[in-house]
Amino acid sequence: MEALSPKLELTQNPLKKIWVPSNNGLPCKPTLQRRGRCHSGSMFNCSSILLPVCMTNCPTLIVMVGLPARGKTYISKKLTRYLNWIGVPTKEFNVGQYRRNLLKTYTSFELFRPENEEGMKIRKQCALSALNDVRRYLSEEGGHVAVFDATNTTRERRNIILNFAGQNGYKVFFVESVCNDPEIISANIMEVKLGSPDYVNCSNEEATEDFLKRIECYRNFYETIDENADRELSYIKIIDVGKRYLVNRVLDHIQSRIVYYLMNIHITPRSIYLCRHGESTLNLSGRIGGDSGLSQRGKEFARALSKFIKEQNIKDLKAWTSQMKRTIQTAECLDVPYEQWKVLNEIDAGVCEEMTYEEIQEHFPLEFALRDQDKYRYRYPKGESYEDLVQRLEPVIMELERQENVLVICHQAVMRCLLAYFLDKSADELPYLKCPLHTVLKLTPVAYGCHVESFFLNIEAVNTHRDKPENVHINRSTEEALKTIPPHL
Amino acid sequence: MPAELMQNRTQKIWIPRKMKDGRPTLPYHSCGPQLANSPTVIVMVGLPARGKTYISKKLTRYLNWAGVPTKVFNVGEYRREAVKQYSSYEFFRPDNEVAMKVRKQCALAALTDVEVYLKEEGGQIAVFDATNTTRDRRDMILSFVKENGFKVFFIESVCDDPNVIATNIMEVKLSCPDYQGCNVSDAMEDFLKRISCYKNSYQPLEPDGYDKDLSFIKVIDVGRQFLVNRVQDHIQSKIVYYLMNIHVQPRTIYLCRHGESEYNIKGRIGGDSGLSSRGKKFAMALSKFLDEQNLKDLKVWTSQLKRTIQTAEALKMPYEQWKALNEIDAGVCEDMTYEEIKEKFPEEYELREQDKYYYRYPSGESYQDLVQRLEPVIMELERQGNVLVVCHQAVMRCLLAYFLDKSADEMPYLKCPLHTVLKLTPVAYGCKVESVFLNIEAVNTHRDRTEEGKKGPSPLMRRNSITPFASPEPLKKPRMGSFDEFSASSSVDASVSMPSEMPTSLSAQPHLARACLT
Repeated sequence: MEALSPKLELTQNPLKKIWVPSNNGLPCKPTLQRRGRCHSGSMFNCSSILLPVCMTNCPTLIVMVGLPARGKTYISKKLTRYLNWIGVPTKEFNVGQYRRNLLKTYTSFELFRPENEEGMKIRKQCALSALNDVRRYLSEEGGHVAVFDATNTTRERRNIILNFAGQNGYKVFFVESVCNDPEIISANIMEVKLGSPDYVNCSNEEATEDFLKRIECYRNFYETIDENADRELSYIKIIDVGKRYLVNRVLDHIQSRIVYYLMNIHITPRSIYLCRHGESTLNLSGRIGGDSGLSQRGKEFARALSKFIKEQNIKDLKAWTSQMKRTIQTAECLDVPYEQWKVLNEIDAGVCEEMTYEEIQEHFPLEFALRDQDKYRYRYPKGESYEDLVQRLEPVIMELERQENVLVICHQAVMRCLLAYFLDKSADELPYLKCPLHTVLKLTPVAYGCHVESFFLNIEAVNTHRDKPENVHINRSTEEALKTIPPHL
Repeated sequence: MPAELMQNRTQKIWIPRKMKDGRPTLPYHSCGPQLANSPTVIVMVGLPARGKTYISKKLTRYLNWAGVPTKVFNVGEYRREAVKQYSSYEFFRPDNEVAMKVRKQCALAALTDVEVYLKEEGGQIAVFDATNTTRDRRDMILSFVKENGFKVFFIESVCDDPNVIATNIMEVKLSCPDYQGCNVSDAMEDFLKRISCYKNSYQPLEPDGYDKDLSFIKVIDVGRQFLVNRVQDHIQSKIVYYLMNIHVQPRTIYLCRHGESEYNIKGRIGGDSGLSSRGKKFAMALSKFLDEQNLKDLKVWTSQLKRTIQTAEALKMPYEQWKALNEIDAGVCEDMTYEEIKEKFPEEYELREQDKYYYRYPSGESYQDLVQRLEPVIMELERQGNVLVVCHQAVMRCLLAYFLDKSADEMPYLKCPLHTVLKLTPVAYGCKVESVFLNIEAVNTHRDRTEEGKKGPSPLMRRNSITPFASPEPLKKPRMGSFDEFSASSSVDASVSMPSEMPTSLSAQPHLARACLT
């Protein structure tokens, strides 16, 4: 007698269109517990695009190591921004900030003198306070990665951290920045130290002099991560701002990704230009998706873009487009060779492709409401979500980090995702970022962040931005649903 | 004035209509960042039995799969051609002048072939696999590279763990043609003496001194530690990332499709249907099969389509869903039968038969797109231990092509029948495949190459691809002893799921793929 065929019943989550096991049409609680957790709460599908691989069974503590002005905070912030963007909840803990909160005013480098017992006590207290917050973040607040940003230049301090991590079940990965190039150090000081709250009432010369003395306080006691003594630790040593790397014992996926990221970033000044294709014929009729060509005004924009780019006088500009007609038509006007990336294609609206919002409301009112409820995670039936887009765009971000001057001609949702990465916008803000047609955003890295300049190239275009309506309930009226739709033909 | 665009019929790529002499006026690329303008020579460095050839072959297989035409040039093979019969380690003694001359000549012959491959045969990367343990030798290579305007990247493998070395020797040296007819202990003893011939003159790469301006990665103790110096470009960065993710721990990868689905029975492609009752039986049989495999720590991956998830649900194990494992998107042809496609889109139907790898469904994907999509899956598979991937026909073909080093031409015709599990075990320089049919009947969804397809890719494609070469074999064909020669040129009927076949990966075939490495 053959065994009965199992039911293997599944139901599809209406928002993300993920299939989960069900019983009589209702999703069931997963019967199997995975070791560790997915931050999305669901056992069988991680929303982190780092993959469905729940890369951390245990949380990871990244520990920065290095003398002052070696780029530790720069790396911490950048890495944190990247990890959050790809869906790994990450937070940085800057011990200097704790010290500033405790001491209110900074007097001089004397605080950092090793003989200054009072100073040492305060600084150690700040470190422990920060570690306490790390523990809360990783063990209670659902954080996956914490970046502990401090000099951590002695073996003693690092051992304290290792013990702390061991007690709490965290993996530890050290990131040490080693650099002895005086030019780089003074550039760092200029860029980020002089503007620090510590030096708010000082002249540049005074600040620089004090800071250099501060560095000296650490130098004698600096115990660099040692190839032999520290053979069992997991770490990356970054030497001379990326000329060389020493990588030891990468333990898991997240550490591997972090190493790859750190090895691809650079600090050479450059600008990234983001814009959408020129206005398309589908844009004019308020339709989403599709593969239409440029409208008359869109073609004018393409010419205006070419002129703008020439005037910017950019050295060695690379231009990237998607594989959709409208971005390529836009790029064709430039005198710059361009490369087509399929992954830069607009979000796939699945069954809603080429519809107007009015038509979507008419045919799929439930879908339309769900999208308004959670625009980031909402996946169009047979299409994609912003969350999917971020996963798709990760290689673009990685390559943008490697490159210098780049112009990316893409699409509304895609541009929002890329912009969110550069401007550190949350998943909630991302789908509502304003990326109007015929407007170029110029992003220039500065200090710890990104300076944005917006250039509207003076060619009129329809507005394609739809704000979140007040009523997102599935039972809302058509009128309420369509309230925020921008006008179109 | 923005040029008028036309859409290439096979790949659905938009290109400017205005062309000068039949070529577009501006250079353009169909996907991803432009890889090195100049070709790259990867130079292996290290004492014998340090995994240089293992790395060479594996890396070459990865790069070719991803669309970067790459080839290995193993100097030992040139030596075997020149010196027909290997006598003993004495050949490698540094004071053996005659032998030194022969060995140098072999290196030069290999470099000549490198030049031809990179300059005339459309190669993008050449992997120069030899010990290259002296500065002299490396300086010679550097001059060669400079003369030809190539980029160079060194990969040095450093390892002093005698266990690892002994294992390597057992795994790949004893069965090498040099030791045919020797017993194990004689061969081992001779090989160890061979290694010591190199030791005295070995000058490792010095990042702080002589070699500080070179681009290289030092792989220490089989990946425990890496020293990376001056990565110049995207491809070197990807190579470093790949090398940092691979490991040599024994493990098994299981590939299978979802159980038979409702659509399979109806002959419809794509969609998101559930399992048929036979499909459900397969899921149960798969569960039993895995139990019997007695595996420690198996990870299970599925796509986000219902049929793979239902299959995994029967396993009563945790599994992870990857959108990247979804079946190829057939665009406007989704949910259709092949008859319906032929009737409704006859031109598309024919274009696909002519060039199945590059053909992209309208509003859908191509196999080439699939490879790009699956690259992170491959990378993660390399990191993992035992994994079962429950996926789909086209996806499974792509993954299998990576493990078995199949060309772009063969990939879309690999046989991946329903209800059959392929068990892949890394062995020596390649992958052992075992095919296990779980004895639950299912429809056959495989379509062989048609007469149209056998003619080769349409002329329209030439412009986008590296011109495939008629000459099938590399100049110095290696004799691999116990391994079956797996020639990538047997494209007529790529019936790959033969039980216990031992294909090795010698990426000798120039591939039809364009650089898609992102």
